Amino acid sequence: MTGYIDSIETMGLVDGPGIRMVVFTRGCKLRCLYCHNPETWDKLGSTTITSDEIVSRAKRNISYYKNGGVTFSGGEPLLQPDFLIDCLKKLKEAGIHTALDTAGVGIGKYEEILAYTDLVILDIKALHNNDYQLITGHDMKDFNDFLKVVKKKKKKLWIRQVIVPGMNDTEENILELKKFVKKISNVEKVELLPYHLYGAEKYKKMNILYPLEGVPAMDNDRIKELTSLLES
Amino acid sequence: MNIFENEWRKFQGTSWKESINVANFIEENYKEYVGDDSFLEGATDKTKKVWSICEDLLKKELEKGILDVEVSRVSGINNFEAGYIDKDNEVIVGLQTDAPLKRIVNPYGGMRMVEQALYAYDYELDADIKKHFTTYRRTHNDGVFSAYTTDIKKARHVGLLTGLPDAYGRGRIIGDYRRIALYGIDYLVEKKKEDLLALENREIDEYTIRLREEVSMQINALNEIKAMAEKYGYDISNPANDAKEAIQWTYFGYLAAIKENNGAAMSLGRTSTFLDIYIERDMEEGFLTEEEAQELIDQFIIKLRIARHLRTPEYNDLFAGDPTWVTESIGGMLENGKSLVTKNSFRYLHTLINLSSAPEPNMTILWSDRLPENFKKYCAKISILTDSIQYENDEEMRPIHGSDYAIACCVSAMTVGKQMQFFGARCNLAKALLYAINGGEDEVKGGLIVEGFDKMTDEVLDYDKVVSAYDKMLDKVAKTYVDAMNIIHYMHDKYAYEAGQLALHDTDPEKLMAFGIAGFSVAVDSLSAIKYAKVKPIRNEEGIAIDFEVEGDFPKYGNDDDRVDSIGVELAQKFYDKLASHPLYKGAKPTLSILTITSNVVYGKKTGSTPDGRKAGEAFAPGANPMHGRDESGAIASLNSVAKIAYKDCCEDGISNTFSIVPNALGHTQEEQVDNLVNLMDGYFTRGSQHLNVNVLNRETLMDAMENPDKYPNLTIRVSGYAVRFNRLSREQQQEVISRTFHGTI
Repeated sequence: MTGYIDSIETMGLVDGPGIRMVVFTRGCKLRCLYCHNPETWDKLGSTTITSDEIVSRAKRNISYYKNGGVTFSGGEPLLQPDFLIDCLKKLKEAGIHTALDTAGVGIGKYEEILAYTDLVILDIKALHNNDYQLITGHDMKDFNDFLKVVKKKKKKLWIRQVIVPGMNDTEENILELKKFVKKISNVEKVELLPYHLYGAEKYKKMNILYPLEGVPAMDNDRIKELTSLLES
Repeated sequence: MNIFENEWRKFQGTSWKESINVANFIEENYKEYVGDDSFLEGATDKTKKVWSICEDLLKKELEKGILDVEVSRVSGINNFEAGYIDKDNEVIVGLQTDAPLKRIVNPYGGMRMVEQALYAYDYELDADIKKHFTTYRRTHNDGVFSAYTTDIKKARHVGLLTGLPDAYGRGRIIGDYRRIALYGIDYLVEKKKEDLLALENREIDEYTIRLREEVSMQINALNEIKAMAEKYGYDISNPANDAKEAIQWTYFGYLAAIKENNGAAMSLGRTSTFLDIYIERDMEEGFLTEEEAQELIDQFIIKLRIARHLRTPEYNDLFAGDPTWVTESIGGMLENGKSLVTKNSFRYLHTLINLSSAPEPNMTILWSDRLPENFKKYCAKISILTDSIQYENDEEMRPIHGSDYAIACCVSAMTVGKQMQFFGARCNLAKALLYAINGGEDEVKGGLIVEGFDKMTDEVLDYDKVVSAYDKMLDKVAKTYVDAMNIIHYMHDKYAYEAGQLALHDTDPEKLMAFGIAGFSVAVDSLSAIKYAKVKPIRNEEGIAIDFEVEGDFPKYGNDDDRVDSIGVELAQKFYDKLASHPLYKGAKPTLSILTITSNVVYGKKTGSTPDGRKAGEAFAPGANPMHGRDESGAIASLNSVAKIAYKDCCEDGISNTFSIVPNALGHTQEEQVDNLVNLMDGYFTRGSQHLNVNVLNRETLMDAMENPDKYPNLTIRVSGYAVRFNRLSREQQQEVISRTFHGTI
């Protein structure tokens, strides 16, 4: 089966445990203000690749993996459910650890997808619909549908949130996130990702307006402070 | 037999007592350590005092270029008075001259280099010395240039062959300095005398005559080492009695080497686990604490950090940052599956914390996935914190060299005391490819360099035609290269023989002649472009291709793409086979490296535009690295491409790969970063690769350091087989380092 991807990073070290091949799929319904991969929004101009090719490339690098494996990121991998299921199934047959880096906004078949997923890295954009819409331009309903299935299947989870200065970098927000996460079982890790400016250049190249023009990068020390709130 | 009852007390084993066999002594007596780094101690006050004096001197040295040079004496094992940094606080003593960082004039390699260097720093050589070495005796450099052929001279002039050790010491010879500690000088002299006598039973032919002279020189050298140590108040006739003496005796051996020679790479060998045996015995006997043990190692390392040689500023263009390659090999495995990691392996690395990061000694980890996990993690941690260590694959090298080998320079393995190397710089394979296209004429300086070829006149280069011409070109180049090497080492033995270092080898050790390749990735990508895209030469009036137009895409080395990687694998093998088809001086075995150090910048400067789209003058990638920015599929794909080049029976002198990664991309926490780096090394080395330099840093840090060097006095980076203080690189070299691929940049 064939899928649409942007690129493959053979050494991803931060999207799941260990050394991982990260497959950046194309297509996303969200338009997050801070998105740093605008090139993955659209399927237009993407590269096609077969699931067999992905599996054979992953197998080739198995000597590096140990606790690592393959992560599907994007874009939004959930938008290509059949391709995703095909890849995940074959990777599991090859004994390779699978992770899904997602915002939880797909088009269904979640049960089947999650059956072959070892770890879900779930990006929680916001906790309330109005904030969520502001950041993503999308209603929160789709996300909630996905979260329901994740909860039901008791999947191992890493929770992520991008922290932007002046947008969600308050202690209240972090404490609320903490409360929210407590209600989900199997959360291994909660990571606050500092907003950075590396994406801005891509917008310029693609000739689109950068929505966060003028917003500074998130201070790393502040992220550490906020992260410590999660731990206490 | 226990001839040194006291010195050898509690030591096990017999074989090493019957003949010189340090490897056996280590195997019989060392204690493997599988624990973590929590036992380590900080620097003592004495160490801090000594090091702070050195730091001041190093700062002054950096400002002036060199701190001082002795102009009224020449190099030699015992030609200088004793010198100290801070006598009361030094626990390990001995300097190259009578003062720290004061350099030695070594005229045996060649007077030209000496005079140029002294001129550059505003010194004048003593008139008598000058007269002696210009009127009464010849030097290595004189010898070489009387014998060089026309072809060699041309190849040198245009930069087809560069960095040949024909004007100074060849280096890359590792004396087994541990022998002095284990056996004492007198025993070593006695053994050499036996060898000399045994040579009388041979046919007294040219080889034996030369060898007998060499052994006689070695015996003299051993006596000189003893006399030199006496100046420091030590009698090293007998073996070392405790850890302090073992370190001191070993260091005297190394010190003799760097007093006598100025080779590019003067490496230390493999001393940490050997010395650990003495430290453990002292601790058992209750007269050495961990703090004292670390003090001994810290102070030994301080001495290694301030070793210096007199170089010309031009030398710095090739090998930047005043490197000495005091390479120390740490870790590795035994055939029985036990690792050679001891507490002292940790102590050596810990000096990078106690004394802050530094390029020397060139700490080299002999990696195996079977090393103790705690040690692997500690290495990774030190890499992340200091960018000062390199990794080489024990699983590839041990089967060839046995378990007691060490690395000379960057990536050259040799069995300690049993093998020696004839070092031979490198050949520019990218330029050779241009010669195949341009009928043997040089694209930069002009003139016919290699005869017997026609200029290609095709509008679009034809792959088969280019490959066939390149093959013939490499035949010729290999012959010229071998001729140069045979001449150089013949003359080096004749005029600048390293008697002190070779006295610490078995008599008549195995010789390796180390050839090298530069411009590897450029040549490979160029061939790929010709094969898979359309390459049109743009020619000047003389019909020489001075630029190339490339239409269409082509697979590039560094993306784990067999279509192009196989071209590289074949090229290395082909060139090696050509070199190996010629007879070599003293029956040496040929080896080949893909290593450039920082000379990739100079090679690039001297080479015209190439069919891969690289423009004239642009730097090559270092060593076996893919070209900057062309490895677009992530680090693993890049590593995999390099790992395909064969080590065994092809590049046995090493395949250098330098890898830079952004800290945040390596993991969010230090624990994650350490684990990921360990996994990366395990993955890379189990694929049969040989070498990896690891830098964990941000490009922005380097850019800031370029503009504000004072903010980063200790910033150390791995370049290609060695580490260097960033602020000692030329601006061009700094820019080249910054332009390299940093994995994980979004």
